[in-house]
Amino acid sequence: MTIDMSPNLVLVGVIVVLVTAGVYLLLERSLSRVLIGVVLIGNGANLLFLVAGGAAGRPPIVGLEPEGRMSDPLPQAMVLTAIVITLGMTAFLLAMAYRSWQLHQHDEVQDDVEDRRIARLAARDERAFEDADTEESTTTLDEEAAETRDETDDGEPVPVPADGATDQQSHDRTTGQEDR
Amino acid sequence: MSEYGFLVPLPVVVPLFGAGLALALYRRPRLQRIISVIALSIVLVVAATLLVLADSGPIVVDIGGWAAPVGIDLVADRLSSLMLTVSAAVTLCVQLYSLAQGEADGDESAPVSIYHPTYLILTAGVANAFLSGDLFNIYVGFEILLAASYVLLTLGGTGERIRAGSIYVVVALVSSLLFLIAIAMIYAATGTVNLAQLAERLPEIDADVRLLLQVLLLLAFGIKAAIFPLSAWLPDSYPTAPAPVTAVFAGLLTKVGVYAIIRTQTLLFPEGRMDDVLMWAALATMVVGILGAVAQDDLKRLLSFTLVSHIGYMIFGIALASETGWAAAIYYVAHHIIVQTGLFLVAGLIERRGGSTSLDSLGGLAKIAPVLAVLFFIPAMNLGGIPPLSGFLGKVGLLQAGVQDGSALALTLVVGGVVTSLLTLYALIKAWNKAFWQTPPEPLPERTLPKGMVLPAGALVVLGLALTFGAGPLYGYAERASQALSDRSTYVTAVLPQGGRGAGESVDATREAESEATPTAVATGEEG
Repeated sequence: MTIDMSPNLVLVGVIVVLVTAGVYLLLERSLSRVLIGVVLIGNGANLLFLVAGGAAGRPPIVGLEPEGRMSDPLPQAMVLTAIVITLGMTAFLLAMAYRSWQLHQHDEVQDDVEDRRIARLAARDERAFEDADTEESTTTLDEEAAETRDETDDGEPVPVPADGATDQQSHDRTTGQEDR
Repeated sequence: MSEYGFLVPLPVVVPLFGAGLALALYRRPRLQRIISVIALSIVLVVAATLLVLADSGPIVVDIGGWAAPVGIDLVADRLSSLMLTVSAAVTLCVQLYSLAQGEADGDESAPVSIYHPTYLILTAGVANAFLSGDLFNIYVGFEILLAASYVLLTLGGTGERIRAGSIYVVVALVSSLLFLIAIAMIYAATGTVNLAQLAERLPEIDADVRLLLQVLLLLAFGIKAAIFPLSAWLPDSYPTAPAPVTAVFAGLLTKVGVYAIIRTQTLLFPEGRMDDVLMWAALATMVVGILGAVAQDDLKRLLSFTLVSHIGYMIFGIALASETGWAAAIYYVAHHIIVQTGLFLVAGLIERRGGSTSLDSLGGLAKIAPVLAVLFFIPAMNLGGIPPLSGFLGKVGLLQAGVQDGSALALTLVVGGVVTSLLTLYALIKAWNKAFWQTPPEPLPERTLPKGMVLPAGALVVLGLALTFGAGPLYGYAERASQALSDRSTYVTAVLPQGGRGAGESVDATREAESEATPTAVATGEEG
């Protein structure tokens, strides 16, 4: 017993149109258009199940028809389930689009502002949050290098203290400031 | 069917009944709470029993007594019952946490009467996806849990949640449509959607068609599991939900996608023609995810990015396509569910104590809330992979499997895994340093944390520690699970024991079984 599995070309054509239009609508910003896109692709998928079940046949009830002439009932069962699910999801999406319209007077999918903010900070090479470890100074490495000197280096001229303070004390004072 | 077969449908049926009951009793919030806790406790007990029983072989139930290839079957093997047990434990903890939160905030702050039934339906959907031995029933399970998750994510319908929710819902719908199209094509190519029968029939069809089906399924599951570049929706949508909802989403929903990938890759497409692609995707997921986490200044968003990043580890283990790789991936999934959920619960506690999760305004929590500090520090170190915690064990297992594989790509991923682990530690330590050690820019509000919220979060942290102490037996279990995955015949003969047909009553009337499969499927679908 061979079962006719050649697809119905009209159904295939309809699936192509439905999915193409659906994908186009999915790429829109407005939720209600996205919703229509989802419905179209969903129906395309349902038709795909029918094609997957092979050629149409007689009702699949045992005793009414010889088994070879029945259509495959399993895809029909799956399509029924899928239709119910798509219906539920459509209702939810519709409610959400309506709520969005209530809140913002439009139903467009909005951008994630938080993402944008982080991206802007990164573009300016700033830290995402202030941290006590963040150095306040804006001195570059070159400037720091120019100010830093070796503590054991006695090569530089010792300033003559007018008030009699020792060399060691003034040295401490400068390094102390640098550390701070 | 074994004598314990009656246990297998319970994790799906009990929460669904509980949900119906809770919805009917919407005027009695106290009764609703009791019902949901009882239902989830029953699921946990049943799942733990299945975990023990499934170790000696898969337990198969043909629903309604209709034989397997046409009727729907539920299979509790080692992998699915391990996932089920971990998820049941996590959902119970999160439920207790949210109960305490509801009591602390008063019932006016959230529509609790909706929350409980929806949460139960979510757990039923997760259990159905884990247990199902039928591709279409996995789809139904996904839809049940997704429908519940849409409601939970947009609970209250504030502007921010609607914004996040619309992204989440649209992306999830697209992945569902892809999954549906994949199922239709698989049915067209093989004439079955039963996983065991597919394992027998798929090798017989054209190799290129098989590759197409594999890619379609991977795309659908990849969106749900948040694999880069299909992961951008996750950090946008998760952080806006209430803390317990984010926690359970982060712990479970992506892992259902990972589970589906493990199941289909091992059982249906064992020749692994997509393994190299999966490897690259795993590397990109790990690195891109964690770089995103490093840049964030909000604790919840930071954790969402680490979630994406660590999905990469699991995909790495799956793509290795060896028993050691799978075992490590399974252990890692169990570890990650518990630790990530725990961290999100603690983030909820931080938000409560500090008034915000933004690292800009937090500070000094270690001094004013030392318990909270411990609760954050342990899972954070665990996620970063500090020995001897379970994150370290899972990562070592993955790295070992990668080195064992020895290919250049696998070794690249080993390096990538180590770098990601270090960057995770960096991101978490940075957050810890700011939120817990430094002085806050403005003094934090004086609040106390309800014990009922701290205890469940603490329980999850302790459970994460138990993964370390119980690592020997658990890792052994994961190894046995992965052996069963590579020896596919165990699964196939368990589902189709006698001449390619399940143990139902309809051996002599296949057609009747087919027409009867309809009401079962539709009834399950309507619950979603």
